[in-house]
Amino acid sequence: MKRIATSPITGEHAREGAAWRWAARVLALLVLVPLAVLFSSWVYLEPALWRHLWQTVLPALLANTAVLVLGVSTGTLLLGVPLAWLVARCEFPGRRWLDWALMLPFALPPYVLAFVFLGLLDFAGPVQGTLRALFDLPQAWALELRNGFGVAVVMTLVFYPYVYMLARVSFLGQGASAYEAARVLGLGPWRAFWRVSLPMARPGIVAGLSLALMETLADFGAVAVFNYDTFTTAIYKAWFGFFDLHGAAQLASILLLLVFVALLAEQRVRSRARHAESGRSASPRIHLRGARGVAAALFAGTVFALAFAVPVAQLAAWAWETRGQLDSRYLDLLWHTLMLGGLAALCTVAGAFVLAYVRRHHGDGFTRIGVRIATLGYALPGSVLAVGVMLSLSWLDDRLAGLWAMLSSGNLQWTLAGGLPGLLLAYFVRFQAVAFGPVDAALVRVRPSLREAARSLGATPREVVRRIYVPLLRPGLLTAALLVLVDVMKEMPATLLLRPFGWDTLAVRIYELTSEGEWERAAAPAVALVAAGLIPVILLVRRSGR
Amino acid sequence: MRKLFLGVLFCSLLAPVVAPADEVVVYSSRKEHLIKPLFDRYTRETGVKITWLTDKAGPLIQRLKAEGRRTPADLLLTVDAGNLWAAAEQGVLRAIDSPVLERDVPAHLRDPEGRWFGLSKRARTIVYSTERVRPSEITTYEDLAAPKWKGRLCLRTSKKVYNQSLVASLIAHHGEAEAERIVRGWVANLAAPPFSNDTKTMQAILAGRCDLAIVNTYYFGRLQKKNPDIALALAWPNQQGNGVHVNVSGGGVTAHAKHPEAAQRLLEWLASEAAQHDFAAINLEYPVNPRVEAADAVRAWGAFKEDSLDVAEYGRLQAAAIRLMDRAGYR
Repeated sequence: MKRIATSPITGEHAREGAAWRWAARVLALLVLVPLAVLFSSWVYLEPALWRHLWQTVLPALLANTAVLVLGVSTGTLLLGVPLAWLVARCEFPGRRWLDWALMLPFALPPYVLAFVFLGLLDFAGPVQGTLRALFDLPQAWALELRNGFGVAVVMTLVFYPYVYMLARVSFLGQGASAYEAARVLGLGPWRAFWRVSLPMARPGIVAGLSLALMETLADFGAVAVFNYDTFTTAIYKAWFGFFDLHGAAQLASILLLLVFVALLAEQRVRSRARHAESGRSASPRIHLRGARGVAAALFAGTVFALAFAVPVAQLAAWAWETRGQLDSRYLDLLWHTLMLGGLAALCTVAGAFVLAYVRRHHGDGFTRIGVRIATLGYALPGSVLAVGVMLSLSWLDDRLAGLWAMLSSGNLQWTLAGGLPGLLLAYFVRFQAVAFGPVDAALVRVRPSLREAARSLGATPREVVRRIYVPLLRPGLLTAALLVLVDVMKEMPATLLLRPFGWDTLAVRIYELTSEGEWERAAAPAVALVAAGLIPVILLVRRSGR
Repeated sequence: MRKLFLGVLFCSLLAPVVAPADEVVVYSSRKEHLIKPLFDRYTRETGVKITWLTDKAGPLIQRLKAEGRRTPADLLLTVDAGNLWAAAEQGVLRAIDSPVLERDVPAHLRDPEGRWFGLSKRARTIVYSTERVRPSEITTYEDLAAPKWKGRLCLRTSKKVYNQSLVASLIAHHGEAEAERIVRGWVANLAAPPFSNDTKTMQAILAGRCDLAIVNTYYFGRLQKKNPDIALALAWPNQQGNGVHVNVSGGGVTAHAKHPEAAQRLLEWLASEAAQHDFAAINLEYPVNPRVEAADAVRAWGAFKEDSLDVAEYGRLQAAAIRLMDRAGYR
């Protein structure tokens, strides 16, 4: 691109770039420090723990994790992509409401769906009981679902919305022109889909899939309900069983490294292909008539029923049985949940904007890697990340207290760890990937020439951001904020460990009840959480267009 | 002005280190609904305010360690002697000298060095289907490894500390090799993969998947409360030998407590005759204080001989127990 700006502006551009780069580096550092704490654990290598894990449980855990990753990938792709295609490009009975209804399962925390799923479908549940009675099966007849298959099904049902949401936006953004050109050139509908529409939507699909997989790797709640051992189980065993936090951190850092390599590889493959999005055009949908329309409606309706309608109905029934426990404290819990979610969404999205903006406009190689690392936190189990945050903040508190004592010969009365900043930092680190995706995708649509034009017309850098980027990016920023909001509301382990006194949330309440096995009583806070989560999801739906 | 406002806002987000003098700050892995009623009563009777924060034992101990001298917590409450032992071992609890606690809490239910004290007692015993098992068939934990129980046993996951403590007690009584033989026998007898909690385990018996299991008494109590005619009953194993395996929930004053005396007084009150009945009854557990009787529903399960092994042993042998269960393939 030819730069038409005169030299004073170029100089300013360089200064501005430096400022942005520094902002991005500071943010990346915020994320990096807790992660670095994990890697520093390798100083305390204890071979006995590793030998024991390797000789006993680790091989099985790795195999289980691989099965789960494979299962969840297959499942989320098989549900997410076709559903996105159907609602974005086709017309069939019920499409209008399924379009948004299919996003609702995102409001369900995985551990909640896990306990509802087992409550209904396990050996002792009503479904297998009815089957035994109906077909006169022997008492000992059982279908065991607490295995890789069962966990993969549950995770697919809660995580497919990631793929669905991002693929849907891609399909909508494509318009019909490319697909129609392919049809005109003689490709059948299937081949046009495979060879044109799908490759064009690939970045969105892959972004959704990687979010789903990172959640899968970090999950401890759902797998614990199933007693299905994955790599996170080893992390928790090292920590809670052997009280070896260093061992736990070492295991976690391996997980992180694997995810980092996978993301880099994916990026390398992706950067070879580039697709320009043609922008939305009011293009005719493919009308599915007769049996095909019914089949499409049936498919989408079944997914919605299994992932949302049935579990929520069961939760509501349990919540009704235990309604006596509802009291005014639930208002506090709800308020804290929304408040934490809102604050976290604000911080995380602002950070994501800086990171994405710098990567696109002022990025040097060093900053780019920093940005990449800043989005890794999603793959870490929440409590491991929380400990990393806590250790780094405590270290900082020590330094601050020392400094304060030197300056004022008194004791510092405040700490960072145990306050809201620690918790918000943990959310920032954990959900940066969630916020970064939509913001970055929206940024792609802003042509750099707009910025150059504004600058040459005399706008200051701040004005450029305020008057060009923020309005143009508003949909992307809002999507990111709502995703983070819902994710924070569902988040449990980091909230438990880092919350300040009195900041109990609905997820904390669910933990208190489920950890004693009182799943039915946990239904009331779970319903409240889902209901609260629906508000942002519905907002998300409304703004993402029909 | 705006900067000042932001500054005040930011400071209000930070965590205060020191609580007012007539306050006790508690970190608890005992659930809120089990401690709140007692705390409320204590505040009513003494005027001492209690602030608490709940989480799992492992993270709470880690939080105490990370906070170090700056911790706001005065008291750590947690369940299972294994966790209490680990907390003491990690240096987050202080030794206190309390004749009151030494009188009210039997010696085998507290730390020999006075860093933690049991506050309620639970038995981990055998529950069986009254339709498919005769009580006389049940003899010992060890016997559950016998071939006659093949395909009839259900267990909770080995990741739960209650089972780790139970296996630790087997190691203490029999040595590691024999304990491993027993655990391998259990695994061979399993009718289904281990369950994530005791309630699910008992529901599996009710549904006919298996005939007996090892659970904590209060979980059985909860099911019984919902359904008095439940087709399950408790058995008391090892009555000719060491007795039924018991564990505790308990607490200790933190190493860097800001209100150590107030925390000690609260601990003493919780172990006293005034509080023990409620503290145990609210969760259908047994009081540790020998002068206090258990709730009627709990006493209705019958009296039994309990294992008098020092519960601190569970902590000492916990790592060995986990390694043993990993080797035996007990998930």
